[in-house]
Amino acid sequence: MTDTSAPPGRASRLRPVLLAIGGGILSLALTLLGLLIFTFIIARVVDADPVLSIVGERATAEQYEAVRLQLGLDRPYWQQFLSYLWDAVRGDLGISYRTREPILEEVARYFPATLELATLGTLFGVIVGVPAGVLAATRPGSLADQVVRVVGLIGYSMPVFWLGLIGLLVFYGWLGWVAGPDRLDASFKMMMEFQLTQYTGMVLVDTALNGAWDMFRNAVSHIILPASLLGYVSMAYISRMTRSFMMNELGQEYITTARVKGMPEWRVIWVHAMRNVMVPLITVIALSYAYLLEGSVLTETIFAWPGLGGYITDALFAADRPAVLGGTLVVGVVFVTLNMASDILYRLVDPRARG
Amino acid sequence: MTTAPTWRAWLTDPNPSSRRQARLGQAWLAWLRIRRNTLAMAGLVIVLLLLLVAALAPVLAPHDPLMQDLSRRLLPPGTPGNLLGTDDFGRDILSRIIWGSRITLYIIGLVAVTAPLLGLLIGTVAGYFGGWVDTVLMRLTDIFLAFPRLILALALVAVLGPGIENAVLAIALTAWPPYARVARAETLTVRNSDYIAAIRLQGAGAARIILGHVVPMCLPSVIIRVTLDMAGVILIAAGLGFLGLGVQPPLPEWGLMISSGRKFLFEQWWVATMPGLAIFIVSLGFNLLGDGLRDVLDPRSAGK
Repeated sequence: MTDTSAPPGRASRLRPVLLAIGGGILSLALTLLGLLIFTFIIARVVDADPVLSIVGERATAEQYEAVRLQLGLDRPYWQQFLSYLWDAVRGDLGISYRTREPILEEVARYFPATLELATLGTLFGVIVGVPAGVLAATRPGSLADQVVRVVGLIGYSMPVFWLGLIGLLVFYGWLGWVAGPDRLDASFKMMMEFQLTQYTGMVLVDTALNGAWDMFRNAVSHIILPASLLGYVSMAYISRMTRSFMMNELGQEYITTARVKGMPEWRVIWVHAMRNVMVPLITVIALSYAYLLEGSVLTETIFAWPGLGGYITDALFAADRPAVLGGTLVVGVVFVTLNMASDILYRLVDPRARG
Repeated sequence: MTTAPTWRAWLTDPNPSSRRQARLGQAWLAWLRIRRNTLAMAGLVIVLLLLLVAALAPVLAPHDPLMQDLSRRLLPPGTPGNLLGTDDFGRDILSRIIWGSRITLYIIGLVAVTAPLLGLLIGTVAGYFGGWVDTVLMRLTDIFLAFPRLILALALVAVLGPGIENAVLAIALTAWPPYARVARAETLTVRNSDYIAAIRLQGAGAARIILGHVVPMCLPSVIIRVTLDMAGVILIAAGLGFLGLGVQPPLPEWGLMISSGRKFLFEQWWVATMPGLAIFIVSLGFNLLGDGLRDVLDPRSAGK
């Protein structure tokens, strides 16, 4: 009796989840392969003469030929692609023309700064955007709703690099409230390099772990402006999505039931409705996080931020193509992985998506 | 006075006598709805202003946008003759912004033609044929959709070389996937309808059916989507220009103008600020208009 009427066991409940994760990983692999094909096409096919961009116009025929053989350009495209693929899988993204260093090592050195900035930006976006979206959804058509909508639209329409310049001009140049470009003042930068243990490469975390609170304060005053600007852009997106998800939930019958039962309104919204809003919101937050990682290219240029975006643009101007494409590939991989992770998380959190 | 009510009666006639009357009537009702939406109207005004300014650039601009006058360099806004000041070569910023509107329109015009075309083609073919064609094409679309747009455009321009055409190409190549999705969804709703079957029985081939009878059905939703995307295109184009990868100097492209003003941001703030305002206003205009259009034309959000 008990055997047949028992609820499905743990194993059978887990199975669809595992299938979802498996499917997610498969499509991740497929997308990554697509990304590699794309960068390969850019590097080898679109680029009419990759050798010329390395050796320059005044190279002799022998030098030219040597580089051509070294790059394997005498082989057919499919062979070239396979070796490109194999290199990428092993983490070999080539050597930078400028520094003669392996690109993966350089990227690993620049990445923490971008991660730090984008994380803080997303945090701002969530802390302001979610309550703003909820506020707008609970009073549709009110002044608060209009303000949230317009502030959001302005965020959508703002060229982020220009906003950065204006921010620097006003808060650093005119008001002097925050520190200027870069991650630390020049004097602290030397100290950071020679006196502190670098645990993570993220200034805020490392200075805190070392107990260097002067430096920590300095780092905060450097990061606060770019992070809040990125946060604003992310807030525009998050508040808009939160509003629409929340509106959708508030129209459901279980909300009416809860209200009829006499439950306080804050509890209806923040506990009952929020639990269901959280599910799609996770995807939105992950997407905006991925977008900030990418969007930091322009912001980092403005703030002389030593992150991945700055690395790619610097490489761009030095005509360092392997570095540009390597950096692109890394950003692409992070972007795609975040996308897929949010997709899998979504299936895990939402019981309806498991079936 | 007498003609207006009759026109209106013709447009709102519940029993239209021709297809054109029905269609115009629908458009009229949509217009009435969008006219009530203040923000959307503001957006429309901005977009129309952009078109007007671009068309009348030679008349409106007080100076030649390329003419240098080193004795009048970096003048502040409000200087007689240079309303928004001058840049580091003594060129009038207002005139450059006015002429720059043409470049902006040129870029978004090219992208608005190429990217939706590619998307329409892929989406309708996938939706019409279904089966493995659909699977392969949609998989491709998903892969492109998962890519970071700005970075890919950046990498593409880095290899192709900077320039306005390459920037447009890079933007278009990264912008088509959403259109493919929209077009496929629309195709799926019409592909089994009787009129398609009728044409097929008449012996029309797949290319003829898709181009002549499926694509027109997808156009309205794709056009709305294009309006919504224009702001993003403007921002990416300006970003590429700012990085020096789009339009090349001395052309007055807005993003490029910001980047040239960056060098003296703290002393002569207006050089970088003014073109940024132009970008912001135009992109806001497209966002407001697109938002309003979606509210009016998308039945799902209109119900809310």
